Amino acid sequence: MSDSSNTNGPSRRGFLQGAAAAGVAVGAAGAAKAEGDPLITEVQEWASGLGDGVDASPYGMPIEFEGDVVRRNVEWLTADTISSINFTPIHALDGTITPQGCAFERHHSGAISLKKEDYRLMINGLVDTPLVFSYADLERFPRVSRTFFLECAANTGMEWAGAQLNGSQYTHGMIHNMEYTGVSLRTLLEEAGLDAAGDLAGKWLYVEGADASSNGRSIPMEKALDDCMIAFKANGEALRMEHGYPVRLVVPGWEGNMWVKWLRRMEVMDAPVESREETSKYTDTLENGTSRKWTWVMDAKSVVTSPSPQMPIKHGKGPLVITGLAWSGRGAITAVDVSLDGGVTWAEARLAEPGKAMALTRFYLDIDWDGSEMFLQSRAMDDTGYVQPTKAQLRDVRGVNSIYHNNCIQTWHVDANGEANNVEVS
Amino acid sequence: TPVLAEKYGLGRTATQDEIAAWDRDVFPDGSNLPEGSGSVEVGEEVFVDNCAVCHGDFAEGVGNWPKLSGGADTLADEDPLKTVGSYWPYLSTTFDYVRRSMPFGAAQTLSDDDVYGIVAYILYSNDLVDDDFVLSKETFTSVKMPNSDGFVIDDRAATEYSNFTNRCMSDCKPAAVSITKTVVFPGDPNAGAEPLETQAAAPAPAPA
Repeated sequence: MSDSSNTNGPSRRGFLQGAAAAGVAVGAAGAAKAEGDPLITEVQEWASGLGDGVDASPYGMPIEFEGDVVRRNVEWLTADTISSINFTPIHALDGTITPQGCAFERHHSGAISLKKEDYRLMINGLVDTPLVFSYADLERFPRVSRTFFLECAANTGMEWAGAQLNGSQYTHGMIHNMEYTGVSLRTLLEEAGLDAAGDLAGKWLYVEGADASSNGRSIPMEKALDDCMIAFKANGEALRMEHGYPVRLVVPGWEGNMWVKWLRRMEVMDAPVESREETSKYTDTLENGTSRKWTWVMDAKSVVTSPSPQMPIKHGKGPLVITGLAWSGRGAITAVDVSLDGGVTWAEARLAEPGKAMALTRFYLDIDWDGSEMFLQSRAMDDTGYVQPTKAQLRDVRGVNSIYHNNCIQTWHVDANGEANNVEVS
Repeated sequence: TPVLAEKYGLGRTATQDEIAAWDRDVFPDGSNLPEGSGSVEVGEEVFVDNCAVCHGDFAEGVGNWPKLSGGADTLADEDPLKTVGSYWPYLSTTFDYVRRSMPFGAAQTLSDDDVYGIVAYILYSNDLVDDDFVLSKETFTSVKMPNSDGFVIDDRAATEYSNFTNRCMSDCKPAAVSITKTVVFPGDPNAGAEPLETQAAAPAPAPA
């Protein structure tokens, strides 16, 4: 941190010293005489020569200076990298749409390569006509486009027993938010005909993927017919391989495990299968040793993405943008409050846009930082009136072994140098 | 009431062979199980050949790979061990999952008899059957899973939602906030991942 950042507004002289010290000057002879920033007073190469042609990059990647805005995994979390998880760099993003190329992945038997010509979707079970669709068939149904978050049930799961990983990417990055285009599940199920299922109230839909893990899950028919969809486009283009190309399930507001990728079969049933992914996994053990099952909805949650451990304050005192994300599987975010003192006092943040149901919402709180330490927290509220709880509140009900569904309030301790750390506070 | 809607005439009827190839679900009551059988004795051989490299000779797990046996009566402990024997509510899930998705990296290569044998051996490893047990469609429902009554349907609406509505804005707690826990793995979690010695918390289990 330069000296200038510790004064009340950088002086011109201080700024010049800072620029010189940082070695920004190009063409020393000119800089010595010039009064001003050489990045301005001297003609730079990019203002004189030529950039890349339009044929240089048919499908572009982020500029090299953004090379740290990438997915990261944590090797020791899982036995191998095939049935594993990585994390979205939410600390470095803004707005709400997650770039697909750095949107997190969770596979149980790896990301498979399945081309559209080889793709088949079967609907069977209690339907009037069991059907097989090709990919081309699916593109001929009436389409819907909606934006939703997908949050892994285990997001923040490593933090149940204490503060463990240092960064919002690691503590909250099992999430992405995309605009999906596809076909409503209702449309597809009606094509197979549901008269054979009789009263739909007690019926279930079992969904499974084409990969070796299959990731089979049971979904109650009410949800399947309400707002679920199959998607073949995300953020305007085809799904990425690692996100289920060419077709995945979209289950708005519900835990990410149910968003079956490489979807190959849907079966209408009288009862749930009670598959591995809804018995051994994605069940939440309480303090008394019993476990909740079918904890589908992801409750209201938020996190400050900057400042945060990966995003220290480097500019010194003065204007500071506090920003983060909020979301709820039970509806739209109506408010986000931010605390600088560990939850003693709260101020309502500004939502970048009104909250959309079951989608990420961006919030900002603009402050004048005086350089003192902060215990930064954010607290989301959704349109059911639910207010995001503290970790202590959740532990009171659940203990520390439920692994999944940790939507507690996160605390970052920001010290006088602007460094941030993951902590729990009294 | 069934849904009435326009149909688009897309797709084609699935054949019985196609449905049989992909629809292999086995339900908790044992319905949809295939014909076949496997003994603990045969299952041990198949398990050692196909499973033990990751799951151990006695299904106890190797390294960070899943443990399939042990952990009885640990679910309320500080560090529960959740295995087929201690945690899984239904035997059908074991059969269904092994047949569909194991061995890891070579799924759907086992015969139905092999799967019956492997499941019988996993039961034996959890002290749930004797060494002369033979698992089949007929004996399947005779096995009582210890934690079959250990699950409740999501009750957050009753136990949590009404409690989490307080949007306090000021004087919400004593002003002297103190740090009770600092991060266990500071810095890049891949750079050594050495926990701070002062922290009691152990590394978290795998996310799923």
